[in-house]
Amino acid sequence: MFGDYSIGDLGSIFVMQGFAGLILFSVYVLMALGLAIIFGQMGVINMAHGEFMILGAYVTWLTSNAFQEYLPSLFPGYFFLAMVLAFLASGALGMLVEWGLIRHLYKRPLDTLLATWGLSLILQQAYRSIFGAREVGVELPQWMLGSLKVTDTIEVPINGVFVMCLTVLITVVVAYVLYLSRWGRQVRAVVQNRIMAGAVGINTEKVDRYTFGLGCGIAGVAGSAFTMIGSTGPTSGQLYIVDTFLVVVFGGAASLLGTIASAFSISQTQSTLEFFMSGSMAKVLTLLAVVGILMLRPQGLFALKVRK
Amino acid sequence: MIINSRFFNRSELIGFIALAALLFVILPLSLDVFRLNLVAKYLTYAFVAIGLVLCWGYGGILSLGQGVFFGLGGYCMAMFLKLEASSVENTKIQSTPGIPDFMDWNQITALPFFWQPFHSLTLTILLIILVPGLFALIIGTAMFKRRVGGTYFAIITQAVAAILTILIVGQQGYTGGINGMTDLRTLKGWDIRPDHAKVILYFFEVFLLFGCILLAQFIRLTKLGRILVAMREQEDRVRFSGYSVANFKIFAFCMAAVFAAIGGAMFALNVGFMSPSFVGIVPSIEMVIYTAVGGRMSIFGAVWGAMLVNFAKTSLSESFPQLWLFGLGALFIAVVLAFPNGLSGLWADYVQPRIDRLLASRKSKMSNGADSSVAAGAPAE
Amino acid sequence: MALLPRVAFGAGPATSAVNTTGLAVTDTEVTVGILHSATGTMAISETGSIQAEKLAIEQINAMGGVLGRKIKVIQEDGASDWPTFAEKAKKLLVNDKVASIMGCWTSASRKAVLPVMEQYNGMLYYPTFYEGLEQSKNVIYTGQEATQQILAGIDWITKEKNAKSFYFIGSDYIWPRTSNKIARKHIENFLKLKVVGEEYFPLGSTQFNSVINKIKLTKPDVIFTDVVGGSNVAFYKQLKAAGIDLSKQALLTISVTEDEIDGIGGENIAGAYACMKYFQSLKNDNNEKFVAAFKKMWGDKTVIGDVTQAAYLGPWLWKATVEKAGSFDVDKVAAASPGIEFKGAPEGYVRIHENHHLWSKTRVGRAKLDGQFELVFETADLVQPDPFPKGYQ
Repeated sequence: MFGDYSIGDLGSIFVMQGFAGLILFSVYVLMALGLAIIFGQMGVINMAHGEFMILGAYVTWLTSNAFQEYLPSLFPGYFFLAMVLAFLASGALGMLVEWGLIRHLYKRPLDTLLATWGLSLILQQAYRSIFGAREVGVELPQWMLGSLKVTDTIEVPINGVFVMCLTVLITVVVAYVLYLSRWGRQVRAVVQNRIMAGAVGINTEKVDRYTFGLGCGIAGVAGSAFTMIGSTGPTSGQLYIVDTFLVVVFGGAASLLGTIASAFSISQTQSTLEFFMSGSMAKVLTLLAVVGILMLRPQGLFALKVRK
Repeated sequence: MIINSRFFNRSELIGFIALAALLFVILPLSLDVFRLNLVAKYLTYAFVAIGLVLCWGYGGILSLGQGVFFGLGGYCMAMFLKLEASSVENTKIQSTPGIPDFMDWNQITALPFFWQPFHSLTLTILLIILVPGLFALIIGTAMFKRRVGGTYFAIITQAVAAILTILIVGQQGYTGGINGMTDLRTLKGWDIRPDHAKVILYFFEVFLLFGCILLAQFIRLTKLGRILVAMREQEDRVRFSGYSVANFKIFAFCMAAVFAAIGGAMFALNVGFMSPSFVGIVPSIEMVIYTAVGGRMSIFGAVWGAMLVNFAKTSLSESFPQLWLFGLGALFIAVVLAFPNGLSGLWADYVQPRIDRLLASRKSKMSNGADSSVAAGAPAE
Repeated sequence: MALLPRVAFGAGPATSAVNTTGLAVTDTEVTVGILHSATGTMAISETGSIQAEKLAIEQINAMGGVLGRKIKVIQEDGASDWPTFAEKAKKLLVNDKVASIMGCWTSASRKAVLPVMEQYNGMLYYPTFYEGLEQSKNVIYTGQEATQQILAGIDWITKEKNAKSFYFIGSDYIWPRTSNKIARKHIENFLKLKVVGEEYFPLGSTQFNSVINKIKLTKPDVIFTDVVGGSNVAFYKQLKAAGIDLSKQALLTISVTEDEIDGIGGENIAGAYACMKYFQSLKNDNNEKFVAAFKKMWGDKTVIGDVTQAAYLGPWLWKATVEKAGSFDVDKVAAASPGIEFKGAPEGYVRIHENHHLWSKTRVGRAKLDGQFELVFETADLVQPDPFPKGYQ
């Protein structure tokens, strides 16, 4: 297995694969954060999470087109605005969905799963009717393309670095908001005891709505970042949904740290395996390992309680 | 809930007779063979839906991986049919005659060992039941003994569906890959493709379906069925009463798996092929919607749900392909928000009372004081 | 097409003479089916085929139809779902009694439809380049089979780039696997060169960083790819981000047409070579007329890929065959097919081989920034289709 490579090559392999794994890790964290907030804090399974992501990607695409058309001089910086817009659009749609759909279903978690699946079908078809069935290509500013050359064999893609920085930033902000801000305390109060939280004057409905909106908004940003790596089409979101759910469940619900740890272990396992076997088998083995571990340790890596 | 000592209460009997009349008489007489074959395809999903009534409606266990069992059953059947279609005579153009064509394309030169049992029809039928049953037993034991349930179980079954799909697609030398197993021709020398065979297969399937309906009804009426309901409502109290909750859940899950597998096997026979597109996440969730539309508590409702949703899919996708996904999506939402008991709930709430009133008023005219509250419950409750 | 002169139909030979098997043929009309995915994941790819087939049929009707009969189209949606394809094919043959079907795209849908075509004796014109290993009385393959498409391209790039080593990357299903198998045998047994890697990814996969790392380490002279669908977008973006410059690193794809570049973006793939039989930029009279008519009918922004052109051939070949056979009967059409020529093909001259595939030229194009290909090589003669290639299995 290692016979064909020299020692120096092997060093590079591990560095580069480690880096590939880090990019995958960032992608998983970005996708799973929003879901973890919604699932962990509210117990709602949002099967339409992928579609909220893709909404962010489409917003990015629209922004990029608008800049090319009207403000070509500012094009290099459009991406930052696009991410803000993606956050707002997905967040707003999320709050609307919470108001129209989710709040009627808080006591029936399995039913939210079906209802949000229905929502995801509707959103997919809506994207198809509005943007067409074809994938759209998002044009990136020049500075985001290409790579930094570290040594002869080690090169670091710039967009990967960008995604990683973004992930760190968003994670820090989310952790701050949930654990240190006043609003975050309200959220956690509602999670721990809804009735008591209501009794001390917290508007639980409002907290729910904003939490859901925040989760969806982060999905939008993830989608926006995703245009740098993957494709944007009406059904692209569905590809990630199972992976994302597994990351959240594997990490143990209600635990931000768990989500990050599980995203890290899953992504590193997968990218390491990918180097030694075909992509399909690497994926199968990773998923099997996750399911196997979950069967032995159903509460996930870090969890307070899941026994039912 | 009215506990009835008879096998069917009156409204269930009406439902049973109506369904039997429709499937045995009305549809075969009124449809051409092409449409009848379509109905046969819809009904293969009814098997899955009945299983889901037991495990989801009664047991409260939502499995998003029924496609796995549907697929396992279907693949077992398809492997038998494919072997028969790949006789040395039929495949002499290949570099290794006598093995399925897709193996030859993938440079496999001998039949793999796990294909060997599928030379025998008896073994195949056994495996159709055993493979999914055992698989469900393993998953169920691992999960329920550790008291994993609810949404965790749903997500893990979904992951299993994803894994199996990737595996089937990835191991195409052994499974036919994404193309699946096509060109299935004969069953023990009997050609399954011509029209008269399709009619016979249809009736065979309907017989099997009614067998499954009766079996499900039987399970529902035994103590076991009642414990399932009790468990769904108050799991801890059942456990404190000394019952092994996990074992009952495992049983319900295995039954649902076996029903799904029978449906899959019938699918392979009626449609003439099997592919990974019936195994994955999307078909698995669609199978849940059949049950939800029919009414998750109603065995007959499940059959109706499977037929109606699929019929709508065929006809809508013929005339308004764009509308179909909107319609399906709206159906998911509506069935959850507006009528959680599905069609059978609507029937029980709106149609049944009127029939009762009608009957009661007629009865009371004939003899005063007749009991008019016999069928106050849902048809299958 | 309203500007064209009105054509009177019904002047052809008597219906009883040209239709002895009860097909949907009247004195003035003949019914033909179109069966592609208008919805679902494959709609992206198949829309072009539907458009090309409709264009061809409209042009044929404007010229007086087939044997004096106007072609009436019944279009069915396969919905990217293989059993649905089989079901709709059966409906077209049994209920609608169509004289022929233009349709299918993926190998899986063709494999699902094939038994139906053989059982009910229909005639299918299949447009996609595909893996070969198949031949049927009831199918005319208007796209290239694998040896036809690949071998000339590999020979060319080997000579051009003085290549010694190849790296294969494909989506995980039968077409890429068979194509790569043929390519590998050719490279190892005939050219005596090396294949240094072969990788497959699940359909829809979007993570290619690992394989890109392997490419960087093994430094192959040529990357040979048959990744399909949305995965392409991710693959080329990540390739570019990893600093692999396609103007220096030779890459030969057999799966990216002008249609796919639309989603990938010209800037991500410029410099890559594609090997197939048709590019929109081909310079000849037929093609210029075809491109103009296509854009007039379907809009200026549409692009035309290899498969779209092959789909355009279907109705024309069928018309020529019916007229030679003097009958719509499927048996007679199948028997008359070998030797049928079509001189008006946008790709140039094509002819049906006895094995129901087409003789066609193979071409290599280099992708440009604007999403078009620049022709850099074409075979001097038509390449013979060889669906069961000896020495490649």
